[in-house]
Amino acid sequence: MGVLVDETTRVMVQGITGREGSFHARACMAYGTNVVAGVTPGRGGTMFEDKVPVFNSVEEAVAQTQANMALIFVPPAFAPDAIAESTDAGIPLIACITEGIPVQDMVKIYRYIENKPTRLIGPNCPGLINPGARCKIGIMPGAIHLPGRVGVLSRSGTLTYEAVGQLTALDLGQSSCVGIGGDPIIGTNFVDVLKLFDADPDTDAVVMIGEIGGTMEQDAAAFVKADFKKPIAALVVGASAPPGKRMGHAGAIITGESATAEFKIAALKDAGAWIIHTPADIGSTTQEMLRSKGLIS
Amino acid sequence: MNIHEFQSKEVFARYGIPVPRGIVATTPAEAKTATQELGGQSVVKAQIHAGGRGKSGGVQLVRSPEEAEEAAQRMLASNIVTPQTGPDGAPVEKLLIEELADIKQELYVALTIDRWHRSPAILVSTKGGMDIEEVAANNPEDIHTEPVDPLSGLMPFQTRRLVRHLGLDPAVAGDAAKVFSALYRVFVENDCTLVEINPLIITGDDRVVALDAKINLDDDSMFRHADLMAYRDINQEDPLEAQASDLDIAYVNLDGDVGCLVNGAGLAMATLDVTNAAGAAPANFLDVGGGATPEKVANAVKIILSDPNVKRVLVNIFGGILRCDIAGEGIVLAYKETGSTVPLVVRMLGTNVVEGKEILRTSGLPVVFAETLTDAADAIKQLKV
Repeated sequence: MGVLVDETTRVMVQGITGREGSFHARACMAYGTNVVAGVTPGRGGTMFEDKVPVFNSVEEAVAQTQANMALIFVPPAFAPDAIAESTDAGIPLIACITEGIPVQDMVKIYRYIENKPTRLIGPNCPGLINPGARCKIGIMPGAIHLPGRVGVLSRSGTLTYEAVGQLTALDLGQSSCVGIGGDPIIGTNFVDVLKLFDADPDTDAVVMIGEIGGTMEQDAAAFVKADFKKPIAALVVGASAPPGKRMGHAGAIITGESATAEFKIAALKDAGAWIIHTPADIGSTTQEMLRSKGLIS
Repeated sequence: MNIHEFQSKEVFARYGIPVPRGIVATTPAEAKTATQELGGQSVVKAQIHAGGRGKSGGVQLVRSPEEAEEAAQRMLASNIVTPQTGPDGAPVEKLLIEELADIKQELYVALTIDRWHRSPAILVSTKGGMDIEEVAANNPEDIHTEPVDPLSGLMPFQTRRLVRHLGLDPAVAGDAAKVFSALYRVFVENDCTLVEINPLIITGDDRVVALDAKINLDDDSMFRHADLMAYRDINQEDPLEAQASDLDIAYVNLDGDVGCLVNGAGLAMATLDVTNAAGAAPANFLDVGGGATPEKVANAVKIILSDPNVKRVLVNIFGGILRCDIAGEGIVLAYKETGSTVPLVVRMLGTNVVEGKEILRTSGLPVVFAETLTDAADAIKQLKV
């Protein structure tokens, strides 16, 4: 099981002939992901790695390969078009890795897909992985993952790998890991993924990694307090960030008290989450939580 | 990217938004002449990329050209320190000399991206001329927020609603609505992340005028705004941050002595937090990025080392797209070129970690290796500096 992706996921890579797209499409395939199509306008009719047909349009790719997920590596100026094209073709799930899409393009795209049957993960995210199903759709290093029963969700890339690395080192496997992205406007937020983890019979507990900027962690806290039934450990990074400075991620900027790490941690603590006090304690705090709930011995 | 008030007002004027008559001056003599041209009185306004200048001596009403000259002399002579500039303040190289305004009413108006509604939003308040963050904290009901559907844009009924919320006199309602519509076009057509006027004034003769102007532009949109890039004022930026941004490295200068080299923004923030938790203070945030070459890593290290406060360096690389051997090569390159002897704590994981550590181990650099984040923080603490 796990969430969003599994053995039945048929991936179409948009931008498969580019530098990033080709590198990561190969890595996903090597991990075991079923990559069935690539799309690069103007490169239709060729084959990627002698295995994957490349099409000029998403429409053709879907018609001929029954792809049911899009993975986007298109440069920022063209990524909004790529998201819209897959949405228009009826693809139910899109992960957009692209970093640096102008925020006003994203508000339009968000509005465009909002009432359509498509879920967007990202942009500016590492993607998602279901280690038990050998399904990796994104740029994370596959080898650090271990199949198991902890769900991981995060706004960050490398910090998610850090979290997974610490969990795996303690033999705490993952049911699914979802990187939702570091931009101010993203398609799927913490609450959306928490609902999926809550309903997933193969997820026992969740590790959530937030950061400064916006109010998504407070929204998650409100949901956890009211409706979330599983144990959750939470880390919020960026306590050391000065206000008004963009800390790498376009969305990681303190614009008022509610955007600070302190404020977010207080909300999560109040909601009953296990607070991970420093990024070095992700594995140990999760282990302690699982032990106290009798989920591991 | 921030731009100056006088530049924001140039943009406003192009969209038909009324601004006071103003002249840019770079010397006391120019400030004097400008004040003469404006009728012998003016407001002298320091052009810096930071708010709070009014309370910090950066805005002065003058009653004669000679007084303007003196005010200009004072402002141009030193940096202006405001709560938003940091202790060193911001240099003043340009002044905006503006005609006096006859203020009947002061309003606040801003456009920004509302992350909750995932759309642009226009905010208005009758509490113009005040610190809007204080208004938001103490009297949130005094601010009206109007989310705008990006596909339809700001509709006329919404501008009428804004006018209604502000309780404006019918004599100025039409002009105010026009200003709101024009501001929305400024916001969208220039890919702004913030447009703020505080205050937007109603004059004694019922004109609507932008007395102040602040525009922040979306760095990610600059590929389609070559014209706006000309507005960049590099002297208002931290020199190391400006250098890093030109090299496509995300860097923020901080106060401590631990230089940090990290890949990934989240991991970089986490590294700062761990450093702080260990009782040491980070000197910077730095995300070297994914597809870095040894040269790019070397440039990042050189930026870290050129901060005179840096007494020790913490490297935290989770090799993925960025391989550990590339990172290792880059670090060695930078130390060779600079001849630096600043000690390093290196924590590497992931792709080509063995090769990366080997490069550093055989380099002769003062390196201590750490396995986990906790080890790395302990090692940094133990480095005698």
